Amino acid sequence: MNDFWIILEGSLVAVSCGLLGAYLILRKMAMVGDAISHAVLPGIVIAYLVAQSRSSILLLLGAALFGLLSTFLIEILAKKARIQSDASIGITFTWLFAIGVILVSLYSGNADIDQDCVLYGDIAFVPLDTLFLGERDLGPTPIWLQGFNLFLVIAMIRIGYRGFLITSFDPSFSSGLGIKTDTWHYVLMGAVSFTVVLSFNAVGAILVVAFLVVPPATAYLLSNQLQTMMIYTVIFGVLSALIGFYLATWWSASISGAMAVASGILFLGVLVYQKLLRKRKKFLAITN
Amino acid sequence: MIAFEAHNLTVSYDKQPVLWDIDFEIPEGKLVGIIGPNGSGKTTLIKAAMGILEADSGFVKIFEKSPDEIRERMGYVPQRQSVDWDFPATVMDITMMGRYRKGKLFGRLSKADREIAVDSLKRVGMYDFRDRQISELSGGQQQRVFIARSLAQQADIYLMDEPFVGIDAASEESILNILREMRSAGKTVIMVHHDLHTALEFFDWVVLLNTRLVAAGSKDEVLTEENLRTAYGGKLNVLSRIADLVKRQEYPLREEDSKE
Ligand SMILES: Nc1ncnc2c1ncn2[C@@H]1O[C@H](COP(=O)(O)OP(=O)(O)OP(=O)(O)O)[C@@H](O)[C@H]1O
Ligand SMILES: [Mg+2]
Repeated sequence: MNDFWIILEGSLVAVSCGLLGAYLILRKMAMVGDAISHAVLPGIVIAYLVAQSRSSILLLLGAALFGLLSTFLIEILAKKARIQSDASIGITFTWLFAIGVILVSLYSGNADIDQDCVLYGDIAFVPLDTLFLGERDLGPTPIWLQGFNLFLVIAMIRIGYRGFLITSFDPSFSSGLGIKTDTWHYVLMGAVSFTVVLSFNAVGAILVVAFLVVPPATAYLLSNQLQTMMIYTVIFGVLSALIGFYLATWWSASISGAMAVASGILFLGVLVYQKLLRKRKKFLAITN
Repeated sequence: MIAFEAHNLTVSYDKQPVLWDIDFEIPEGKLVGIIGPNGSGKTTLIKAAMGILEADSGFVKIFEKSPDEIRERMGYVPQRQSVDWDFPATVMDITMMGRYRKGKLFGRLSKADREIAVDSLKRVGMYDFRDRQISELSGGQQQRVFIARSLAQQADIYLMDEPFVGIDAASEESILNILREMRSAGKTVIMVHHDLHTALEFFDWVVLLNTRLVAAGSKDEVLTEENLRTAYGGKLNVLSRIADLVKRQEYPLREEDSKE
């Protein structure tokens, strides 16, 4: 049963991160996830210091707030200071992360908070955190949280499909229609921020960043429409979780790490397949 | 009726004005060219007119209303390089965007919307490519998709940024005919255009720009050697030839008459 929960958690994270990551890639902001996963540190520390408790809900909120704050800073730097968006991502998250590190080092003396417990969740522990309703065992809490979040992400994408499509492809034309492109941007970033923080808490940073970028990038290679890209993203995300889990068992290695590696292998596989296919097409075209 | 009016319009990037105190009017039902050298603020003027860029001072009015109040009646073709053509979307997906409306973004698009998009694609000769990904089109075909998308908007006034760049002569002719039909139906088409030679043939109204307004009015009033020299800095030989052509205008006009 534990295996099942771990694979399910991995898949849930892969799908919610992947679907949002697809938009990030199309908006040339793939590294925003990485940025958010670092920029949340001061939020977590401040939430802890204010509330004096390690209640995960509060820490999550503090983190999500700083995630969103970092996306605002990135936008402001890029738009107002006219800095390239990758540079503004870099400036924002190193700066916020550094503040977090300083806060941790200042206050960790009198509190039981350290970088490890804040920064790295581990997917192997997912089955241990069980949710009880009275006496009844409802399964692991992270599964419920992640499942609910995935439901919200899918609902958001379904309802806002056309809005996200047009503001990602052609912001000028969207503004010309009177669509508030900034609002759409921040709704998306809010969802990314919350999803990253939630997933990060459950499965660790590397896997979240990998799932945000790699499955949608793989899907991008194969798709000529956004819907197709979303469907492939789901497939590659779930496959990464599944293959990664068995790789980890086989190697007795870190599960998160193996899942990230699996997503990379799938990407390479698709890339090679495409190159070969193109060569074959060329060959056929010449011989005909 | 006045289709378009700019009044004391100043627009800048980083405090650097790129449009300075622009003041002109365009009557309804004209094919209008916005002409000027690179960096003279043509794209900026179109964006300000669409309400995408904020003016520092002054304003733009479309049919005597602010752009915000009248978006449903405005069609727009951005400069082609302004988007990523590797985006995973088909020709049909992009054309359908012409049917998106601010208020109806969440509802379903109707069958009628689809028919309008199909019709627009047919008019620019891109219907056979409807299921192609946009990355697999040539530059000129991409440009035609953008024009189809604006046609699908079924607007009363169209603002187009260099819609003819990279388009072959035959497609240019057929698209120009579509625009002329629209003009006969009372629509106004305003476009940024780079080719001075064809400008003479295409437009009945011209706005000549170089950060400041050089001249605006009917094309024979505006396209004089003096105005062109003011706009382009008087270095080009071609300018005097164009001006000559304008002077001897009876000739191209007759040619056009005899074609009909
Ligand atoms: N996003 C921007 N940020 C800063 N300056 C800009 C920006 N866009 C344009 N400019 C400047 O504003 C001026 C006018 O630009 P605009 O794009 O309106 O010119 P244009 O007439 O359309 O030129 P072209 O014929 O090359 O398309 C130029 O000097 C340009 O350098
Ligand atoms: Mg331009």
